[in-house]
Amino acid sequence: MNDTYLEYQAEILRMTDRDPKRCMICGKCTASCPAFSEMDFHPHQIVGMVERCEFDVLETVEGLWHCMSCMACSERCPRDVQPARFMDAVRQWRIRKQGGEHLHPQQVPEKIDEATPQQAIAAAFRKYRK
Amino acid sequence: MQRIGVFVCHCGTNIAATVDVAQVAETLGKEPGVVLATDYPYMCSQSGQDMIENAIREQKLTGVVICSCSPRMHEATFRKTVARAGLNPYLLEIANVREQCSWVHKDREEATQKAIILGRAAIAKVTLNAPLVAGESPVVKRALVIGGGIAGIQTALDIADAGFEVDIVEKEATIGGKMAQLDKTFPTLDCAACILTPKMVDAAQHEKINILSYSEVEAVGGFVGSFRVKIRRKARYVDETKCTGCGLCTEKCPQKAVPNPFNLGLDTRRAIAIPFAQAVPKVAYIDPNYCTMLKTGKCGVCSKVCTVGAIDYKQQDTLEEREYGAIVAATGYRPISLEKYGEYAYGQSPDVVTSLELERLMNAAGPTGGTLLRPSDRTHPKTIVFVQCVGSRCEEDGRGKPYCSKICCMYTAKHAMLIREKYPDTEVYVFYIDVRTPGKNFDEFYRRAVEEYGVHYITGQVGKIVPENGKLLVQGSDLLAGMQPKIAADLVVLAAAIEPDPSARSLATLLTASMDTNDFFTEAHPKLRPVESPTAGVFLSGACQGPKDIPETVAQAGAAAAKVIGLLSRDHIVCNPCVATPNEQMCNGCSSCEKVCPYGAITYADKEFRMPDRTTALRRVAQVNPAVCQGCGACTVACPSGAMDLLGFSNKQIMAEVDAICR
Repeated sequence: MNDTYLEYQAEILRMTDRDPKRCMICGKCTASCPAFSEMDFHPHQIVGMVERCEFDVLETVEGLWHCMSCMACSERCPRDVQPARFMDAVRQWRIRKQGGEHLHPQQVPEKIDEATPQQAIAAAFRKYRK
Repeated sequence: MQRIGVFVCHCGTNIAATVDVAQVAETLGKEPGVVLATDYPYMCSQSGQDMIENAIREQKLTGVVICSCSPRMHEATFRKTVARAGLNPYLLEIANVREQCSWVHKDREEATQKAIILGRAAIAKVTLNAPLVAGESPVVKRALVIGGGIAGIQTALDIADAGFEVDIVEKEATIGGKMAQLDKTFPTLDCAACILTPKMVDAAQHEKINILSYSEVEAVGGFVGSFRVKIRRKARYVDETKCTGCGLCTEKCPQKAVPNPFNLGLDTRRAIAIPFAQAVPKVAYIDPNYCTMLKTGKCGVCSKVCTVGAIDYKQQDTLEEREYGAIVAATGYRPISLEKYGEYAYGQSPDVVTSLELERLMNAAGPTGGTLLRPSDRTHPKTIVFVQCVGSRCEEDGRGKPYCSKICCMYTAKHAMLIREKYPDTEVYVFYIDVRTPGKNFDEFYRRAVEEYGVHYITGQVGKIVPENGKLLVQGSDLLAGMQPKIAADLVVLAAAIEPDPSARSLATLLTASMDTNDFFTEAHPKLRPVESPTAGVFLSGACQGPKDIPETVAQAGAAAAKVIGLLSRDHIVCNPCVATPNEQMCNGCSSCEKVCPYGAITYADKEFRMPDRTTALRRVAQVNPAVCQGCGACTVACPSGAMDLLGFSNKQIMAEVDAICR
């Protein structure tokens, strides 16, 4: 197994605090997903790819960006694997991998508009900076 | 002078791989009092036992220590070995160097040291052991079966056929249980009622079987061989001895809006009712929650129409106390409540039903007379979706059960097949995670549903069900095709997980029988004693021990009966001689022990004692009934003056063990 991939996996498991081995591939997450038709890979597959360390595929998955974080998959998962957390963690991993400071605190004032909730700015920091 | 023999077992590699058995034997051989210490590959084998026997005779041993597996495994074996050589069987001690040592340690040096310490403690204890003689207690030749479903009925019939009396206590107004509500049974598709009701009648007519329906166990005292059980016979407001079961009252009762429990509330019945046509006993009962007469004192229609004067509005619950030699728990199961599964729309649409409800909707005696009609508008459903594992195999989701309910795969295949057989124009879809069919002719049965009957099996779960314009929009996943099918269904059937009947929990407390975290009764050994509870004299039958189908339930019911027959065929059972004994000189009569005794074995007596100044004084002291005491030791802990001691496990012996360990 590729050591870098194992590090990626450890990072994602730290972010999700969930064990992908608990997934029994019942497909309830994918059955619940309202963005199913937009996605190239579906929630249960994302969880499986993290478990199998398939980061070469995860690097190119586009379905991640169609996930709306509605949390239906996490809500209905019978084994509390919480696929939505994996979606989000893999997204963060992808963004961080691009390297560099994508959002610097000094840039915040110019990006703010009145309609942006403060929560979104806080979330942008979490996503852009480790 | 003590002459102790120490025997260290290798248990193949189970012990010897982690513990240096030769070193253990050598070190323990130097302990004071030990005259022989040796090791052997399998102490429990015939030659191993012969070796122990010969050593006792030749070396004139006064005590034996065996370092081997847990005493739960082979203490009984080795006690017999010791007894054969003429030594009192209670002059044996077992040091558990397998489960509590070799199996849990990896480091050989540490494990060897621990085995030596455990052996040393056993030697210290056996030095203080006294010969004990087991007493006997009589066996009441009658069995109690709690629960009158197929498990309870089969157990009762098998015990009764062996010539022993059996009482069946059933909380409902009739025996029959869940099986009476089923339509057909897999994998042969014979009608459940056709094979069950003859057994119900057999039970009712058997001269050795006494059915106490509409009754509940309220208290259990005593112990194996002579349990004393209090049974509450709930008031049915109908004299069981007079009612002929003609059913006239159930037609004339003006209170028509009572949800019918036999049909799971899918239709209504009257406030006075006979549960179903083949009920046993076929006697009416009044539901006091709905009866106008019982609630307001005005009505009395049933008593007017009853030709034999069986109605008695003043009937009260009665309590009966009976004695039994053995008790069988057969309390069964029920489907879980689905109210937390909002995504499946159960409760939002009457056309989302559980599998048990579907049984009633397909049954000739059910609310639709056997024609499959959907509950909302009584039309034929053309598209039916089955959802498997609803609440089964759910770990930590706070809604379901972690285990597989075992019966759902097969009954769903049965339902799908029956529907396609009777209504070929119906499309049937089954969403499943795995199809589990380990049973004789089971997988063939499931394949028939797919291959002969064209049932669509889809690998994947259902995410949500939305009732819309008289249809149920089912959105699921098809994992093999990589699709998200959306089906507009007329009827959805949910395979709800099954759970133990809630009455089992309180019963387990009464019986001091243990349960697992899911409230299934625990067996004494999961493989070798599957129908016995760890509590002596309490046996397990049917789904109260774990999810089971009918063939398995009947097999286990027969097995439980065989164990009961084995117990009841003895006139006496040997008691455990390791019972509590009070030192009357030290007892101050405080009653602490009496309060903690779970078996009611301790009473108090006023006794005369000679005092130091030669006067006599009357003092209240504890007395233990050795036939009732189970040797749990609670009293020895509770006694503030240290007057209570357990034979075979005296405080002095335990302290000697502790000292030896800490040496």
